[in-house]
Amino acid sequence: MGINRRDFLKIAGASALAGIGGASGLVLAKSGALEASQYTDDPKGLKAKRWAIAIDMQKFQTPEDYAKVMNVCHTIHNVPEIANPKQEIKWIWTESYEHAFASQDYANPYIQDYLKKKPFLVFCNHCDNPPCVRVCPTQATFKRKSDGIVMMDMHRCIGCRFCMAGCPYGARSFNWKDPRPFIKKVNPEFPARMKGVVEKCTLCYERLAVGLIPACVEASNGGMIFGDLNDPNSDVRKVLASRYSIRRKPELGTTPSVFYIIGGQ
Amino acid sequence: MLETALKGSRTYWIWILFLLAVIGVGLIFYLRQFTVGLGVTGMSRDVSWGFYISQFTFLVGIAASGVMVVLPYYLHNYKVFGKITILGEFLAIPAVIMCMLFIFVDLGQPLRVLNVILHPSPNSVMFYDMVVLSGYLLLNVLVGWTALSSERKGVAPPKWLKFFVILSIVWAPSIHTVTAFLYSGLPGKYYWMSALLAAQFLASAFASGPALLILLALIVRKFTKFDPGQEAIQALGKIVTYFMLTSVFFLGLKLFTAFYSGISTYSYPIVYLYAGLEGYNKLVPIMWISNILTVAALILLVIPQLRKNEALLAVASVCVFFALWIDKGFGLIVGGFVPNSFKQIIEYWPTIPEISITLGVWAIGFLILTVLYKVAVSVREENRDVDFHH
Amino acid sequence: MYNGGKIIIGLIIFLGFSTLPFLFSLGKAVAKPDPRIDTPEIQKMAEKKCVESKQFMKTEHMVILNDWRDAVVRDGLRLYKAKDGKMYDMSLQNTCMKCHSSKKKFCDQCHNYVAVKPYCWDCHIAPQEGT
Repeated sequence: MGINRRDFLKIAGASALAGIGGASGLVLAKSGALEASQYTDDPKGLKAKRWAIAIDMQKFQTPEDYAKVMNVCHTIHNVPEIANPKQEIKWIWTESYEHAFASQDYANPYIQDYLKKKPFLVFCNHCDNPPCVRVCPTQATFKRKSDGIVMMDMHRCIGCRFCMAGCPYGARSFNWKDPRPFIKKVNPEFPARMKGVVEKCTLCYERLAVGLIPACVEASNGGMIFGDLNDPNSDVRKVLASRYSIRRKPELGTTPSVFYIIGGQ
Repeated sequence: MLETALKGSRTYWIWILFLLAVIGVGLIFYLRQFTVGLGVTGMSRDVSWGFYISQFTFLVGIAASGVMVVLPYYLHNYKVFGKITILGEFLAIPAVIMCMLFIFVDLGQPLRVLNVILHPSPNSVMFYDMVVLSGYLLLNVLVGWTALSSERKGVAPPKWLKFFVILSIVWAPSIHTVTAFLYSGLPGKYYWMSALLAAQFLASAFASGPALLILLALIVRKFTKFDPGQEAIQALGKIVTYFMLTSVFFLGLKLFTAFYSGISTYSYPIVYLYAGLEGYNKLVPIMWISNILTVAALILLVIPQLRKNEALLAVASVCVFFALWIDKGFGLIVGGFVPNSFKQIIEYWPTIPEISITLGVWAIGFLILTVLYKVAVSVREENRDVDFHH
Repeated sequence: MYNGGKIIIGLIIFLGFSTLPFLFSLGKAVAKPDPRIDTPEIQKMAEKKCVESKQFMKTEHMVILNDWRDAVVRDGLRLYKAKDGKMYDMSLQNTCMKCHSSKKKFCDQCHNYVAVKPYCWDCHIAPQEGT
């Protein structure tokens, strides 16, 4: 044999690379079974440039007003009910004014009593400049180009929780264990999630796709106004033009799409 | 050269077996975490990063600190560090591997980790972190191994090595800057929102890394025939002194802007860590232990007569290492999440499984360190009587 | 050869380990997979047709599901035009499993045989199996 070990290894390595390269080239060259033209969206689907929700705080008076909104979301999306608050998963819930608008409370501790005591619905703000999307290393969370919804791709999420650190609103939850045993009543039309991925409100994209408004908006019975922020004639633009509204932590530059109408008529 | 790690004294093998045992325990706990989920840790919806990420952050600093011995020697011909650069490079390798392992055990879906490469996201600092850490690992393996192989053969290292050495010198501060960028660009996390964070990271890295290197050099001198040299250890001591002073100075800067400005979002996390807030004070004891260790270390380091005493320098190094481990570990991570986005306080403390897995990863790091140091020391011992030039 | 004894013993141990799966199933005949498509929902269909042909689905159902996943979640699309022109909602739960309503008798048959564990059902909810 006249070959020494070093040369043998060099030749073996080069051959392996060539082999792998050739094989992958063949695989890529093989024509795909499916073509992009086979996919379309549903013509019934609701379309917008930028979805927004305005929450009319005057319309939320009793605990039931809040409960029906939160329950419908968590029910149809198979959100588990985990007793331990450290590991709970919530897409939409209520916080007091002081906690929901943590930065605003420093500005005005003498605000009207009714605002101080009123629960505020909080959920993902679907920001126009979302820090969570900026930090995701796999684009598992991304902003939909079509309508600005901040989406979650559960198949790609590696569970690094960088998005949870990036979100200044605490809108995201992580599956610290398998959620399936904790789902009260399974909705067979929508998937659940597995352990190890992050989840949050996704603005009922599955309902919008077939022409339905988000479940929370529907259940709120006029308490939440939904529409296209970019359309000056939309319901949401009309209500924002006529009454005073605030957003959570506006100083952080995230430009949230959820507005809280606290002004009167 | 790796075969030199298979020959050792009884002490050597007992140490290896001990490390393997710790790794085994960590592995068992990790299997449980892998099947049940990250709920076995103390992390929560509000403190969503904890012990694992804190170890990662601290260890990136240790990895980067290799540059503190490589730069003076290769760029400025500081011959005193001639024998110690290999120890620095061979410390960086297990440090980076531990960083990657800590990220891996922290992931909710670790089997999907390659998604970061399959779907590159140039907007995400974490993507860059993976790239720069992998690159730094390869650089240190290449440089360390090549330099040592040349030494073993008694020849000067190949000329192209200088390029990679310079590259690693530039690369080292960048890995820790990128790690700081993970934190310092997140809106709403006031404890981290500071332009100074990357500088803080580097200062504490260049104090804790060389401190560890001092301890490792002393251990190597005690257990083997290789002596890194008293002058080199003293030089490292001066480096630790200056960077520890810088770290404390930076802490002072942070305290000033947080408290003088009167902006509570910046001061509340500091109050929580060092004094407790609204009755929550779980971290106060260890943060003050860190402070006491810092003061003790600085006294031993700043006074030259004390620093020149190698036993006291070792004590100071231990103090520096643990003071900064607490500060960069617990303090940094928990401070970012407490109070949370709703101004509420949810506390964090690691669980037994979490601590066991952490110790397991540290043991893997020390195993790799032991093996690499055994190789380096064996080569040095072989060449003890050979005179050669770099 | 040098260390011949150790090498031969090592080789024997290696051969033992690598043939362990075959040794364990020696003498046992595992039934051929028998995926059943006689679910009540399929029985009710006038024209018993899947989204694509049986041969196509056999080889490409994983590709279809992967592509559907990206199309729905990432591109916001909903409808799939099959090769015969019919439109289908791209959904494992609401299209595929509406007809193939028994995971045990259909999906698991082949998957168990080739020891493949697709993680789809970690999240996607399979229809409740009857008695």
